[in-house]
Amino acid sequence: MISSVFYHLGKYYQLMGRAFSRPEKGSIYRKQIFIEIENIGLSSLGIVAIISLFMGAVVTIQSAFNFESPLIPLYAVGVAARDSMILEFSPTMISLILAGKVGSNIASELGSMRVSEQIDALEIMGINSAGYLIFPKIIASILINPFLIAISMVLGIFGGYIFGILTGAVTEHEYMYGIQYDFRPYNVAYALIKTVFFAFIISSVSSYYGYYANGGALEVGKNSTKAVVYSCIWILIANFVTTQLFLI
Amino acid sequence: MIEVKNISKKFGERTVIKDFSFTAEKGKTNLIIGESGSGKSVTIKCMVGLLEADTGEILYDGRNFTAMNLQQKKQVRKEIGMLFQGSALFDSMTVEENVIFPLRMFTNMREDEMRERANFCLSRVNINNANKLFPAEISGGMKKRVAIARAISVQPKYLFCDEPNSGLDPRTSLLIDDLIKEITDEYQITTVVITHDMNSVMEIGDKIAFIFKGEKAWEGTNKEILDTDNERVVDFVYAAKFMKALRKK
Repeated sequence: MISSVFYHLGKYYQLMGRAFSRPEKGSIYRKQIFIEIENIGLSSLGIVAIISLFMGAVVTIQSAFNFESPLIPLYAVGVAARDSMILEFSPTMISLILAGKVGSNIASELGSMRVSEQIDALEIMGINSAGYLIFPKIIASILINPFLIAISMVLGIFGGYIFGILTGAVTEHEYMYGIQYDFRPYNVAYALIKTVFFAFIISSVSSYYGYYANGGALEVGKNSTKAVVYSCIWILIANFVTTQLFLI
Repeated sequence: MIEVKNISKKFGERTVIKDFSFTAEKGKTNLIIGESGSGKSVTIKCMVGLLEADTGEILYDGRNFTAMNLQQKKQVRKEIGMLFQGSALFDSMTVEENVIFPLRMFTNMREDEMRERANFCLSRVNINNANKLFPAEISGGMKKRVAIARAISVQPKYLFCDEPNSGLDPRTSLLIDDLIKEITDEYQITTVVITHDMNSVMEIGDKIAFIFKGEKAWEGTNKEILDTDNERVVDFVYAAKFMKALRKK
């Protein structure tokens, strides 16, 4: 068990070493990064928007439901919605969702390339397949995920505003006052920093499981599942570590 | 010329190739034949460096490939073209982009020059009007031809073909065989073909090595293979009932 963990960690670091080695032709890698930004980031915009809107709505309504005490001002609903979205729901929950969507996509793409010998074809051409295939995905994730999370924060708070008012859980004035009350810009920076770590985990762990898939379609499927599961576990661990490092 | 000297390869306790030696000559189609599971694909993968042989040497025109570091191997690989069993075309690229890809990666050609070269290679393998199609939209035979076009686009010195006829009908197989032979003659490439197809053996086998359970059991030409007394080769060549009947006559 322990030897297996070290085996995979060693193999993962070796793969990352190859992925970050000097590219054969920078211009092609740059082009690939833009393609991956579209594949990984822009295609996830819809699901991120829908989930964020409803997450913000539910947090607002539940907060209003729980803050029934006359000692707690109603604007606390806005504060709760804002801080929940910025500190945890947007960076962590959305990253976990992206681990499912993007992670399985990356793992199955690379796995299919492996079993259909496309990765071997790249190697035979003298191309560093890990660099060509994985490096642009990691860079694209690191660049685009903070934008997705920032959009998620805004939409989550906006969802809380719309649904909070529509359901009568909170007034417009109380909510607007709440989301501005004791606002700390550092929290946004902290959330975006941890998003960068999560983006690296999603893209690199998924790439690892896809790149080393072998066998056939069954193995590719199994490795895609492993990619999602291990990405989620590492995101949760990284969330704990970054919270300790940056927030406490 | 590619010289394979006494290579061996084990997977765990299982020996897949044992002390295999073979010389692939320039301008000839050199075949490595044998039954399924005899170690042909492992041999070719060791030759191109996708697998590392446990012992032995592989020399490309005198350059010891097995002793090279990764960067040196990459340089040699730029002189290699390979046709994979499943073609291994890149799904996300069109036929034309597949052929252009190695040019884009390793040359400083202009866009129009690359397209011109790609079109030349595609027409050389008789592919016309398919430039904008994706691999999923073309037949197996066309995929093989596009893969050959991609392999020759960078004018390789060495061409490796892993089961070039697998999954193809006899007519298309002949077309692919002819193409490999023509290209080898025309560009004086050192071609190594892995196959178990007797049609290919008879059509293009300038030099043949028969591999049995990882060991070389016989070596000769396509003219000699039908007359050999080597039992293992005879079992392989005359495996079909009608061939056995033909031999008795």
